[in-house]
Amino acid sequence: MRNQLKVIGILVFIVTLLTAATDKLLDNYLFKVPANFPKPSYAFANNPITKEGFELGRKLFYDPILSSDNIISCGFCHNQPAAFTHHGHDLSHGIEDRLGKRNAPPIQNLAWTNRFMWDGGVFDLDLQPIVPITSPDEMGETLPQVLKKLNASKDYPILFKNAFGVSTITTDYLMKALSQFMNGLVSANSKYDQVIRQEGAEFTEEEAAGYKVFKSYCASCHQEPLFTNNQFANNGMPMNQNDLGRYEITLLQEDKYLFKIPSLRNIMLTAPYMHDGSINSIDDVIQHYRLNMQTTTNLDNRFLKNGQIERVPLSDIEAKNLKHFLQTLTDTIFIHNPMFSEQ
Amino acid sequence: MQSTDAVKSLAPINIQFQNMANELPITLNTGKYTNASGESFSISLLQYFVSNIELISADGKVYTVPQDSSYFLIKQANPQTQTIQLNVPEGRYAKIKFVLGIDSVRNTKPLSKRTGVLDPSSYEGAENMYWSWNSGYIFFKMEGNKITENPSVAGKKFRYHIGLFGGMDKPTLNNIKIIELDLTKKGLAKVRWGSQPTIVCTADVAKMFTGNSTITIDQFGTVMGGPTSALIANNYHQMFKHKTTIN
Ligand code: HEC
Ligand code: HEC
Repeated sequence: MRNQLKVIGILVFIVTLLTAATDKLLDNYLFKVPANFPKPSYAFANNPITKEGFELGRKLFYDPILSSDNIISCGFCHNQPAAFTHHGHDLSHGIEDRLGKRNAPPIQNLAWTNRFMWDGGVFDLDLQPIVPITSPDEMGETLPQVLKKLNASKDYPILFKNAFGVSTITTDYLMKALSQFMNGLVSANSKYDQVIRQEGAEFTEEEAAGYKVFKSYCASCHQEPLFTNNQFANNGMPMNQNDLGRYEITLLQEDKYLFKIPSLRNIMLTAPYMHDGSINSIDDVIQHYRLNMQTTTNLDNRFLKNGQIERVPLSDIEAKNLKHFLQTLTDTIFIHNPMFSEQ
Repeated sequence: MQSTDAVKSLAPINIQFQNMANELPITLNTGKYTNASGESFSISLLQYFVSNIELISADGKVYTVPQDSSYFLIKQANPQTQTIQLNVPEGRYAKIKFVLGIDSVRNTKPLSKRTGVLDPSSYEGAENMYWSWNSGYIFFKMEGNKITENPSVAGKKFRYHIGLFGGMDKPTLNNIKIIELDLTKKGLAKVRWGSQPTIVCTADVAKMFTGNSTITIDQFGTVMGGPTSALIANNYHQMFKHKTTIN
């Protein structure tokens, strides 16, 4: 019995040590869990953010060396001023390709997600960059070729050595570096955050009224504080045979036309909207929920009443207030942070 | 360093895969084969994963090859890959068991656990065995052309890329196949220090066209991860046979 207690005591001690160690890794100037955020889901224990790793990831993110024509970088489609989306482009270039049929999502707060892409087909941030790098209509490069170029370059072998202590650049470390930079892209300084954290900011009357509307009709999917619950849903967008959404991954009928519920942080900066970029303005998105939602296969239950479609019943004033609230989700510190920009 | 005892007790054995199509050995591009529906075809690319190998001795003892060293990519274009070399305890083996494909758990491991043939950067061009957009490995890949009556007209191209490991959140299509081959009829493998037996297996890839479902190139020219992949995987589940053991 005594021995058992001792063992338990030691276990608790080790667990506490480990937790302390992880918390330390998670708390430096490059990555801090915001006070109003939950614990991240990324496995930081395998890849803690370091200055060298983050800066290397940033260099790679903005370097067209990852593409076959040496012209397109990650930053080409993920622009900082647009919260790392491809502002003004409904679909990324390309025709028949999977990426080519979808709108580039923001890169922000990815440490709190473990299903990436509109269909959630990628389940580890470290595996995500393989998609654009090898996709024929995006960067069109092959991984062996990228590694060859990086290993033969003047500066990268030294930078990987400094960041990871390795003498050869491998898939694992290439992806770890990119993840360190992307994990560092935390957006948590909008007016909304400052109000919630009681940092002195206050909602205007309209914003406060809009927040109420939001909590009634939107928050169960676009859940605070990340403004997504990381699930998949159908929100009544017109169906298009070319993109079956989550079904393309699971082949389950119940997943047909379900898409990842996107975060609404920085939403004013990321037009056009939806997986296919088919809605151009936030006013039109609100009109979609009020008036245009369609009875689709697998339309979410929250938009159904007794099997009939029930669109979001907002008055004109409520719609206007809702927009005012959504405007409080813009984080200007995030889009201007020089640490996130091409150097 | 392993102790001398441990080294001594493990002895070498080979498992060889001879790929066939309807009993004929495969010659890439120029060989001509016929499937169960009478379609003639040639094969330009053929490769598949063999993993998680177990050897079961005549008295029922199971030896599991250490998992990190139990992933092999058999490539028709590279004869060296068609013979797997293992070190196993001495004994008389009556059965082998392996996965055709990659087990679900390994499909979800961090990149640091995906080295060698599992490294997504280890594949050149058409030989790619990893799906980036639906994270997971391609287990079996065969490409080629239907051969038409007029030899100057190129026949329809076929591409069969079969993968899917069962999903992350809820059960989805799982095309992982477990193969068990009984060695008792064609010869036990007698593993002992100082010799190197070879278990010779055949893999008749034309089996993918027939069995529970009939697959024709005309109807299904390209199958990649859709529901039809399950029909093909169920067919090719029967493609392996034990041919002989060279002791
Ligand atoms: C040509 C445009 C383009 C380029 C270049 C590009 N992306 Fe993307 N990115 C997209 C599109 C479009 C999507 C959404 C694809 C989908 O859902 O099918 C996306 C999705 C993502 C996501 C998933 C975000 C989420 O919330 O699910 C991440 C992460 C990402 N890209 C990182 C990168 C990195 C890293 C690079 C460089 C290696 C890169 N991207 C290069 C267009 C691009
Ligand atoms: C049942 C869950 C659900 C509810 C409730 C819901 N949404 Fe959505 N929302 C989604 C999904 C799913 C998408 C993506 C759909 C697509 O791309 O086809 C989306 C997309 C959006 C987008 C576009 C985001 C982008 O980056 O493209 C905005 C803006 C939006 N919703 C706002 C709202 C507002 C405002 C409300 C409340 C009136 C609301 N949503 C209620 C599920 C929901």
